[in-house]
Amino acid sequence: MAEGRVGFELVSPERLLLSEDVEMVVVPGAEGDFGVLPRHTPMISIVRPGVIRVFENGAVKESIFVAGGFAEVTPERCTVLADLAMPVGEIDRAATEQQLKDAREDLADAKDDQARKVAEKAVAVAEAMLQAGQA
Amino acid sequence: MASLKDLRVRIASVKSTQKITSAMKMVAAAKLRRAQETVEAARPYAERMERMLGSLAQAAAGQDGAPKLLAGNGRADIHLLVVGTADRGLCGGFNSNIVREARRAAEKLTKDGKTVKILCVGRKGRDQLRRFYGKQIVDTIEDVAKPRVTFETSEGIALRIIQMFEAGDFDVCTLYYARFKSAMTQVVTGQQLIPFAVEDKAADQAEGTTGGAKAVYEYEPDEHEILADLLPRNLAVQMFKALLENSASEHGARMTAMDSATRNAGEMIDKLTLTYNRTRQAVITKELIEIISGAEAL
Repeated sequence: MAEGRVGFELVSPERLLLSEDVEMVVVPGAEGDFGVLPRHTPMISIVRPGVIRVFENGAVKESIFVAGGFAEVTPERCTVLADLAMPVGEIDRAATEQQLKDAREDLADAKDDQARKVAEKAVAVAEAMLQAGQA
Repeated sequence: MASLKDLRVRIASVKSTQKITSAMKMVAAAKLRRAQETVEAARPYAERMERMLGSLAQAAAGQDGAPKLLAGNGRADIHLLVVGTADRGLCGGFNSNIVREARRAAEKLTKDGKTVKILCVGRKGRDQLRRFYGKQIVDTIEDVAKPRVTFETSEGIALRIIQMFEAGDFDVCTLYYARFKSAMTQVVTGQQLIPFAVEDKAADQAEGTTGGAKAVYEYEPDEHEILADLLPRNLAVQMFKALLENSASEHGARMTAMDSATRNAGEMIDKLTLTYNRTRQAVITKELIEIISGAEAL
Protein backbone atom coordinates (compact mmCIF):
# COMPACT_ATOMS: atom_id res chain seq x y z
CA MET A 1 0.00 0.00 0.00
CA ALA A 2 1.22 3.44 -0.88
CA GLU A 3 2.28 5.69 2.00
CA GLY A 4 -0.33 8.10 3.28
CA ARG A 5 -3.25 6.35 1.61
CA VAL A 6 -6.10 4.23 2.84
CA GLY A 7 -6.84 0.82 1.39
CA PHE A 8 -10.56 1.08 0.80
CA GLU A 9 -12.74 -1.91 0.08
CA LEU A 10 -16.46 -1.92 -0.59
CA VAL A 11 -18.06 -5.36 -0.61
CA SER A 12 -21.65 -6.42 -1.10
CA PRO A 13 -22.84 -9.99 -0.54
CA GLU A 14 -22.81 -10.63 -4.26
CA ARG A 15 -19.41 -9.24 -5.12
CA LEU A 16 -16.39 -7.07 -4.36
CA LEU A 17 -17.40 -3.67 -5.71
CA LEU A 18 -14.36 -1.54 -5.12
CA SER A 19 -10.87 -2.16 -3.90
CA GLU A 20 -8.33 0.60 -4.22
CA ASP A 21 -6.01 2.91 -2.31
CA VAL A 22 -7.58 6.30 -1.78
CA GLU A 23 -6.79 9.54 0.00
CA MET A 24 -9.80 9.58 2.28
CA VAL A 25 -13.24 8.04 2.57
CA VAL A 26 -16.24 9.39 4.43
CA VAL A 27 -18.56 6.71 5.74
CA PRO A 28 -22.06 7.31 7.11
CA GLY A 29 -21.77 5.71 10.54
CA ALA A 30 -24.68 4.95 12.84
CA GLU A 31 -23.62 7.82 15.10
CA GLY A 32 -22.68 10.30 12.43
CA ASP A 33 -20.46 10.41 9.37
CA PHE A 34 -16.80 9.73 9.89
CA GLY A 35 -13.83 10.29 7.64
CA VAL A 36 -11.08 7.71 7.41
CA LEU A 37 -7.51 8.81 6.82
CA PRO A 38 -4.39 6.67 7.22
CA ARG A 39 -3.51 5.66 10.81
CA HIS A 40 -7.11 5.85 11.93
CA THR A 41 -7.91 4.17 15.26
CA PRO A 42 -9.14 0.61 14.75
CA MET A 43 -12.89 0.60 14.98
CA ILE A 44 -15.98 -1.27 13.94
CA SER A 45 -19.15 0.61 13.23
CA ILE A 46 -22.64 0.07 11.94
CA VAL A 47 -23.27 1.91 8.69
CA ARG A 48 -26.62 3.62 8.21
CA PRO A 49 -28.23 4.08 4.80
CA GLY A 50 -26.42 6.97 3.13
CA VAL A 51 -23.64 7.95 0.80
CA ILE A 52 -20.00 6.92 0.97
CA ARG A 53 -17.71 9.57 -0.47
CA VAL A 54 -14.30 8.76 -1.82
CA PHE A 55 -11.90 11.73 -1.76
CA GLU A 56 -9.00 12.25 -4.09
CA ASN A 57 -6.84 15.41 -4.03
CA GLY A 58 -9.23 17.06 -1.62
CA ALA A 59 -12.29 16.61 -3.82
CA VAL A 60 -15.01 14.00 -4.01
CA LYS A 61 -14.10 11.49 -6.67
CA GLU A 62 -16.87 8.99 -6.23
CA SER A 63 -20.17 8.91 -4.35
CA ILE A 64 -21.68 5.53 -3.68
CA PHE A 65 -25.02 4.92 -2.03
CA VAL A 66 -25.16 2.10 0.53
CA ALA A 67 -28.26 0.72 2.20
CA GLY A 68 -26.62 0.08 5.54
CA GLY A 69 -24.02 -2.46 6.60
CA PHE A 70 -20.85 -2.53 8.65
CA ALA A 71 -17.49 -0.83 8.47
CA GLU A 72 -14.20 -2.07 9.83
CA VAL A 73 -11.38 0.42 10.11
CA THR A 74 -7.76 -0.36 10.86
CA PRO A 75 -4.75 1.97 10.61
CA GLU A 76 -4.11 0.75 7.06
CA ARG A 77 -7.48 0.07 5.60
CA CYS A 78 -11.20 0.58 5.67
CA THR A 79 -13.57 -2.20 4.74
CA VAL A 80 -17.26 -1.58 4.25
CA LEU A 81 -19.64 -4.52 4.13
CA ALA A 82 -22.69 -3.07 2.45
CA ASP A 83 -26.14 -4.61 2.18
CA LEU A 84 -26.61 -2.97 -1.16
CA ALA A 85 -24.47 -0.45 -2.99
CA MET A 86 -24.79 1.60 -6.15
CA PRO A 87 -23.22 4.76 -7.56
CA VAL A 88 -25.29 7.84 -6.73
CA GLY A 89 -25.56 8.64 -10.43
CA GLU A 90 -27.49 5.45 -11.06
CA ILE A 91 -30.29 6.16 -8.62
CA ASP A 92 -33.58 6.17 -10.48
CA ARG A 93 -35.80 8.81 -8.90
CA ALA A 94 -39.14 7.50 -10.08
CA ALA A 95 -38.34 3.92 -9.10
CA THR A 96 -37.11 5.02 -5.69
CA GLU A 97 -40.23 7.10 -5.06
CA GLN A 98 -42.31 4.05 -5.93
CA GLN A 99 -40.18 1.99 -3.53
CA LEU A 100 -40.73 4.54 -0.79
CA LYS A 101 -44.48 4.47 -1.39
CA ASP A 102 -44.55 0.67 -1.31
CA ALA A 103 -42.45 0.58 1.82
CA ARG A 104 -44.75 3.06 3.58
CA GLU A 105 -47.75 0.94 2.62
CA ASP A 106 -46.00 -2.15 3.94
CA LEU A 107 -45.31 -0.31 7.16
CA ALA A 108 -48.98 0.62 7.49
CA ASP A 109 -50.00 -3.00 6.83
CA ALA A 110 -47.37 -4.52 9.08
CA LYS A 111 -48.98 -6.89 11.57
CA ASP A 112 -46.22 -8.08 13.85
CA ASP A 113 -42.99 -6.60 15.13
CA GLN A 114 -40.87 -8.49 12.65
CA ALA A 115 -42.77 -7.18 9.62
CA ARG A 116 -42.77 -3.67 11.05
CA LYS A 117 -39.03 -3.75 11.56
CA VAL A 118 -38.45 -4.89 7.99
CA ALA A 119 -40.78 -2.22 6.61
CA GLU A 120 -39.25 0.52 8.76
CA LYS A 121 -35.85 -0.35 7.41
CA ALA A 122 -37.12 -0.31 3.83
CA VAL A 123 -38.62 3.16 4.39
CA ALA A 124 -35.37 4.47 5.84
CA VAL A 125 -33.39 3.05 2.92
CA ALA A 126 -35.71 4.54 0.31
CA GLU A 127 -35.72 7.94 2.04
CA ALA A 128 -31.94 8.01 2.24
CA MET A 129 -31.73 6.97 -1.38
CA LEU A 130 -34.00 9.81 -2.49
CA GLN A 131 -31.98 12.28 -0.48
CA ALA A 132 -28.77 10.98 -1.99
CA GLY A 133 -30.24 11.31 -5.47
CA GLN A 134 -31.10 14.97 -4.88
CA ALA A 135 -27.77 16.02 -3.51
CA MET B 1 -31.11 -64.23 -30.12
CA ALA B 2 -32.66 -60.82 -30.58
CA SER B 3 -33.97 -60.18 -34.05
CA LEU B 4 -32.47 -57.55 -36.32
CA LYS B 5 -35.42 -55.27 -35.77
CA ASP B 6 -35.11 -55.49 -31.98
CA LEU B 7 -31.47 -54.53 -32.24
CA ARG B 8 -32.22 -51.59 -34.49
CA VAL B 9 -34.81 -50.30 -32.04
CA ARG B 10 -32.45 -50.63 -29.11
CA ILE B 11 -29.64 -48.85 -30.89
CA ALA B 12 -31.98 -45.98 -31.75
CA SER B 13 -33.16 -45.69 -28.16
CA VAL B 14 -29.67 -45.70 -26.68
CA LYS B 15 -28.66 -43.08 -29.21
CA SER B 16 -31.45 -40.74 -28.16
CA THR B 17 -30.57 -41.27 -24.50
CA GLN B 18 -27.00 -40.34 -25.34
CA LYS B 19 -28.19 -37.16 -26.99
CA ILE B 20 -30.10 -36.20 -23.86
CA THR B 21 -27.21 -36.91 -21.50
CA SER B 22 -24.71 -35.04 -23.61
CA ALA B 23 -27.06 -32.04 -23.84
CA MET B 24 -27.50 -32.12 -20.06
CA LYS B 25 -23.78 -32.24 -19.65
CA MET B 26 -23.31 -29.15 -21.74
CA VAL B 27 -26.05 -27.27 -19.95
CA ALA B 28 -24.52 -28.23 -16.61
CA ALA B 29 -21.11 -27.07 -17.79
CA ALA B 30 -22.48 -23.66 -18.76
CA LYS B 31 -24.37 -23.32 -15.48
CA LEU B 32 -21.35 -24.49 -13.55
CA ARG B 33 -19.25 -21.73 -14.98
CA ARG B 34 -21.77 -19.14 -13.91
CA ALA B 35 -22.25 -20.66 -10.49
CA GLN B 36 -18.51 -20.80 -9.98
CA GLU B 37 -18.18 -17.13 -10.83
CA THR B 38 -20.85 -16.18 -8.30
CA VAL B 39 -19.22 -18.28 -5.62
CA GLU B 40 -15.92 -16.56 -6.17
CA ALA B 41 -17.54 -13.12 -6.27
CA ALA B 42 -19.31 -13.76 -2.98
CA ARG B 43 -16.25 -15.02 -1.16
CA PRO B 44 -14.69 -11.63 -0.19
CA TYR B 45 -17.81 -10.56 1.70
CA ALA B 46 -18.07 -13.80 3.65
CA GLU B 47 -14.36 -13.73 4.46
CA ARG B 48 -14.40 -10.17 5.74
CA MET B 49 -17.58 -10.80 7.66
CA GLU B 50 -15.92 -13.73 9.35
CA ARG B 51 -12.87 -11.69 10.19
CA MET B 52 -14.92 -8.89 11.67
CA LEU B 53 -17.07 -11.28 13.63
CA GLY B 54 -14.01 -13.13 14.85
CA SER B 55 -12.54 -10.04 16.46
CA LEU B 56 -15.90 -8.94 17.81
CA ALA B 57 -16.65 -12.34 19.26
CA GLN B 58 -13.32 -12.30 21.05
CA ALA B 59 -14.12 -8.97 22.58
CA ALA B 60 -17.60 -10.00 23.66
CA ALA B 61 -16.92 -13.61 24.60
CA GLY B 62 -15.69 -12.93 28.10
CA GLN B 63 -18.52 -10.59 28.97
CA ASP B 64 -21.84 -11.43 30.50
CA GLY B 65 -24.97 -11.11 28.49
CA ALA B 66 -23.41 -12.04 25.17
CA PRO B 67 -26.10 -12.45 22.53
CA LYS B 68 -27.71 -15.87 22.42
CA LEU B 69 -26.85 -16.40 18.77
CA LEU B 70 -23.21 -16.22 19.78
CA ALA B 71 -23.16 -18.00 23.09
CA GLY B 72 -26.14 -20.31 22.67
CA ASN B 73 -28.99 -20.62 25.13
CA GLY B 74 -27.09 -22.89 27.46
CA ARG B 75 -28.76 -26.10 26.35
CA ALA B 76 -27.97 -28.64 23.66
CA ASP B 77 -31.00 -30.91 23.73
CA ILE B 78 -32.76 -30.13 20.50
CA HIS B 79 -30.71 -30.10 17.34
CA LEU B 80 -31.88 -28.60 14.10
CA LEU B 81 -30.22 -29.98 10.99
CA VAL B 82 -30.55 -27.78 7.94
CA VAL B 83 -29.96 -30.05 4.97
CA GLY B 84 -29.20 -28.26 1.73
CA THR B 85 -29.63 -30.37 -1.38
CA ALA B 86 -30.65 -29.87 -4.98
CA ASP B 87 -34.21 -29.72 -6.26
CA ARG B 88 -33.46 -32.07 -9.11
CA GLY B 89 -31.81 -35.42 -9.48
CA LEU B 90 -29.59 -36.90 -12.20
CA CYS B 91 -26.47 -35.49 -10.63
CA GLY B 92 -24.64 -38.61 -9.50
CA GLY B 93 -24.20 -39.10 -5.80
CA PHE B 94 -24.57 -35.43 -4.96
CA ASN B 95 -27.87 -35.54 -3.07
CA SER B 96 -27.27 -38.96 -1.52
CA ASN B 97 -23.90 -37.90 -0.16
CA ILE B 98 -25.31 -34.92 1.65
CA VAL B 99 -28.28 -36.89 2.95
CA ARG B 100 -26.04 -39.69 4.14
CA GLU B 101 -23.90 -37.28 6.12
CA ALA B 102 -26.97 -35.67 7.67
CA ARG B 103 -28.44 -39.06 8.53
CA ARG B 104 -25.24 -40.15 10.18
CA ALA B 105 -25.31 -37.04 12.34
CA ALA B 106 -28.99 -37.52 13.12
CA GLU B 107 -28.44 -41.13 14.17
CA LYS B 108 -25.56 -40.18 16.41
CA LEU B 109 -27.54 -37.40 18.06
CA THR B 110 -30.55 -39.66 18.57
CA LYS B 111 -28.34 -42.26 20.17
CA ASP B 112 -27.02 -39.61 22.55
CA GLY B 113 -30.58 -38.94 23.61
CA LYS B 114 -31.00 -35.63 21.79
CA THR B 115 -34.03 -34.58 19.82
CA VAL B 116 -33.42 -34.04 16.12
CA LYS B 117 -35.41 -31.75 13.88
CA ILE B 118 -34.76 -31.33 10.20
CA LEU B 119 -35.26 -28.39 7.89
CA CYS B 120 -34.85 -29.34 4.24
CA VAL B 121 -33.64 -26.85 1.69
CA GLY B 122 -34.19 -28.56 -1.64
CA ARG B 123 -36.71 -31.15 -2.75
CA LYS B 124 -34.40 -34.12 -3.19
CA GLY B 125 -33.18 -34.06 0.38
CA ARG B 126 -36.74 -34.12 1.65
CA ASP B 127 -37.66 -37.02 -0.64
CA GLN B 128 -34.82 -39.10 0.72
CA LEU B 129 -35.12 -38.10 4.36
CA ARG B 130 -38.88 -38.46 4.52
CA ARG B 131 -38.61 -42.25 4.62
CA PHE B 132 -36.62 -42.24 7.85
CA TYR B 133 -37.47 -39.00 9.58
CA GLY B 134 -40.89 -38.16 8.20
CA LYS B 135 -42.16 -36.70 11.43
CA GLN B 136 -39.03 -34.79 12.31
CA ILE B 137 -38.96 -32.73 9.14
CA VAL B 138 -40.11 -29.29 10.17
CA ASP B 139 -40.44 -27.87 6.70
CA THR B 140 -39.04 -27.91 3.21
CA ILE B 141 -37.88 -24.87 1.32
CA GLU B 142 -37.87 -25.36 -2.44
CA ASP B 143 -36.69 -23.57 -5.54
CA VAL B 144 -33.93 -21.62 -3.82
CA ALA B 145 -31.82 -21.62 -6.97
CA LYS B 146 -34.56 -20.49 -9.34
CA PRO B 147 -33.66 -18.63 -11.46
CA ARG B 148 -30.53 -18.10 -9.40
CA VAL B 149 -29.48 -17.96 -5.77
CA THR B 150 -30.12 -14.48 -4.41
CA PHE B 151 -29.15 -12.95 -1.13
CA GLU B 152 -32.80 -12.19 -0.35
CA THR B 153 -33.73 -15.88 -0.36
CA SER B 154 -30.89 -16.71 2.00
CA GLU B 155 -31.90 -13.84 4.24
CA GLY B 156 -35.42 -15.23 4.36
CA ILE B 157 -34.21 -18.66 5.37
CA ALA B 158 -31.90 -17.17 7.99
CA LEU B 159 -34.77 -15.13 9.40
CA ARG B 160 -36.89 -18.26 9.66
CA ILE B 161 -34.14 -20.07 11.54
CA ILE B 162 -33.66 -17.15 13.92
CA GLN B 163 -37.38 -16.96 14.62
CA MET B 164 -37.45 -20.66 15.40
CA PHE B 165 -34.45 -20.23 17.66
CA GLU B 166 -36.01 -17.35 19.53
CA ALA B 167 -39.22 -19.33 19.94
CA GLY B 168 -37.12 -22.04 21.59
CA ASP B 169 -37.76 -24.67 18.91
CA PHE B 170 -34.16 -25.80 18.97
CA ASP B 171 -30.86 -25.21 20.79
CA VAL B 172 -28.17 -26.01 18.25
CA CYS B 173 -28.33 -25.54 14.50
CA THR B 174 -26.05 -27.25 12.00
CA LEU B 175 -26.04 -26.72 8.27
CA TYR B 176 -25.17 -29.48 5.80
CA TYR B 177 -24.10 -28.69 2.27
CA ALA B 178 -21.53 -29.69 -0.33
CA ARG B 179 -18.54 -27.39 -0.55
CA PHE B 180 -17.39 -26.92 -4.10
CA LYS B 181 -13.82 -28.00 -4.63
CA SER B 182 -13.78 -28.79 -8.33
CA ALA B 183 -16.16 -30.16 -10.93
CA MET B 184 -15.06 -33.64 -9.89
CA THR B 185 -14.98 -33.28 -6.11
CA GLN B 186 -17.50 -31.87 -3.71
CA VAL B 187 -16.92 -32.07 -0.02
CA VAL B 188 -19.94 -32.56 2.21
CA THR B 189 -19.57 -30.12 5.08
CA GLY B 190 -21.40 -29.78 8.36
CA GLN B 191 -21.20 -26.25 9.70
CA GLN B 192 -22.54 -25.18 13.05
CA LEU B 193 -24.54 -21.98 12.69
CA ILE B 194 -26.03 -21.49 16.15
CA PRO B 195 -24.32 -20.94 18.49
CA PHE B 196 -21.75 -19.30 16.29
CA ALA B 197 -18.50 -21.25 16.27
CA VAL B 198 -15.61 -18.83 16.37
CA GLU B 199 -12.93 -20.16 14.10
CA ASP B 200 -9.39 -19.78 15.26
CA LYS B 201 -8.38 -18.94 11.76
CA ALA B 202 -10.61 -15.88 11.64
CA ALA B 203 -9.33 -14.71 14.99
CA ASP B 204 -5.74 -15.19 13.91
CA GLN B 205 -6.33 -13.13 10.82
CA ALA B 206 -7.85 -10.34 12.84
CA GLU B 207 -4.81 -10.31 15.04
CA GLY B 208 -2.43 -10.43 12.11
CA THR B 209 -3.80 -7.23 10.64
CA THR B 210 -2.43 -5.10 13.43
CA GLY B 211 1.02 -6.56 13.43
CA GLY B 212 0.62 -9.46 15.85
CA ALA B 213 -0.80 -7.46 18.71
CA LYS B 214 -4.37 -8.16 19.65
CA ALA B 215 -6.61 -5.80 17.75
CA VAL B 216 -8.24 -3.31 20.05
CA TYR B 217 -11.19 -1.92 18.22
CA GLU B 218 -13.40 0.94 19.11
CA TYR B 219 -17.01 0.11 18.68
CA GLU B 220 -19.67 2.42 17.45
CA PRO B 221 -22.34 2.23 18.95
CA ASP B 222 -21.06 -0.65 21.17
CA GLU B 223 -20.16 -4.33 20.93
CA HIS B 224 -23.57 -5.63 21.83
CA GLU B 225 -25.49 -3.50 19.42
CA ILE B 226 -23.15 -4.32 16.60
CA LEU B 227 -23.24 -7.99 17.46
CA ALA B 228 -27.02 -7.94 17.60
CA ASP B 229 -26.95 -6.62 14.04
CA LEU B 230 -24.02 -8.58 12.77
CA LEU B 231 -24.97 -12.06 13.96
CA PRO B 232 -28.26 -12.42 12.06
CA ARG B 233 -26.52 -10.90 9.08
CA ASN B 234 -23.70 -13.39 9.35
CA LEU B 235 -26.22 -16.22 9.44
CA ALA B 236 -27.72 -14.97 6.19
CA VAL B 237 -24.27 -14.65 4.67
CA GLN B 238 -23.27 -18.17 5.70
CA MET B 239 -26.55 -19.44 4.30
CA PHE B 240 -25.94 -17.54 1.09
CA LYS B 241 -22.45 -18.94 0.79
CA ALA B 242 -23.70 -22.47 1.42
CA LEU B 243 -26.44 -22.14 -1.20
CA LEU B 244 -23.98 -20.83 -3.75
CA GLU B 245 -21.46 -23.57 -3.02
CA ASN B 246 -24.24 -26.10 -3.18
CA SER B 247 -25.47 -24.94 -6.54
CA ALA B 248 -21.95 -24.94 -7.99
CA SER B 249 -21.42 -28.43 -6.56
CA GLU B 250 -24.70 -29.63 -7.99
CA HIS B 251 -23.82 -28.52 -11.49
CA GLY B 252 -20.34 -29.95 -11.16
CA ALA B 253 -21.68 -33.29 -10.00
CA ARG B 254 -24.26 -33.33 -12.75
CA MET B 255 -21.66 -32.54 -15.37
CA THR B 256 -19.45 -35.40 -14.24
CA ALA B 257 -22.37 -37.81 -13.98
CA MET B 258 -23.68 -36.91 -17.41
CA ASP B 259 -20.21 -37.15 -18.89
CA SER B 260 -19.84 -40.74 -17.79
CA ALA B 261 -23.42 -41.51 -18.81
CA THR B 262 -22.67 -40.24 -22.30
CA ARG B 263 -19.54 -42.38 -22.43
CA ASN B 264 -21.40 -45.46 -21.24
CA ALA B 265 -24.08 -44.89 -23.86
CA GLY B 266 -21.34 -44.71 -26.51
CA GLU B 267 -19.91 -48.03 -25.40
CA MET B 268 -23.34 -49.57 -25.41
CA ILE B 269 -23.97 -48.34 -28.96
CA ASP B 270 -20.66 -49.81 -30.14
CA LYS B 271 -21.47 -53.18 -28.62
CA LEU B 272 -24.99 -53.25 -30.01
CA THR B 273 -23.81 -52.21 -33.48
CA LEU B 274 -21.30 -55.06 -33.47
CA THR B 275 -23.97 -57.59 -32.53
CA TYR B 276 -26.28 -56.09 -35.12
CA ASN B 277 -23.71 -56.49 -37.93
CA ARG B 278 -22.82 -60.02 -36.86
CA THR B 279 -26.47 -61.02 -36.83
CA ARG B 280 -27.02 -59.41 -40.20
CA GLN B 281 -24.12 -61.37 -41.72
CA ALA B 282 -25.34 -64.58 -40.13
CA VAL B 283 -28.76 -64.07 -41.67
CA ILE B 284 -27.26 -63.48 -45.14
CA THR B 285 -25.06 -66.58 -44.84
CA LYS B 286 -28.01 -68.63 -43.74
CA GLU B 287 -30.07 -67.47 -46.70
CA LEU B 288 -27.23 -68.25 -49.13
CA ILE B 289 -26.85 -71.75 -47.73
CA GLU B 290 -30.56 -72.29 -48.12
CA ILE B 291 -30.50 -71.19 -51.78
CA ILE B 292 -27.40 -73.25 -52.63
CA SER B 293 -28.62 -76.40 -50.91
CA GLY B 294 -31.98 -75.91 -52.65
CA ALA B 295 -30.25 -75.70 -56.07
CA GLU B 296 -28.13 -78.78 -55.33
CA ALA B 297 -31.16 -80.80 -54.41
CA LEU B 298 -32.58 -80.37 -57.94
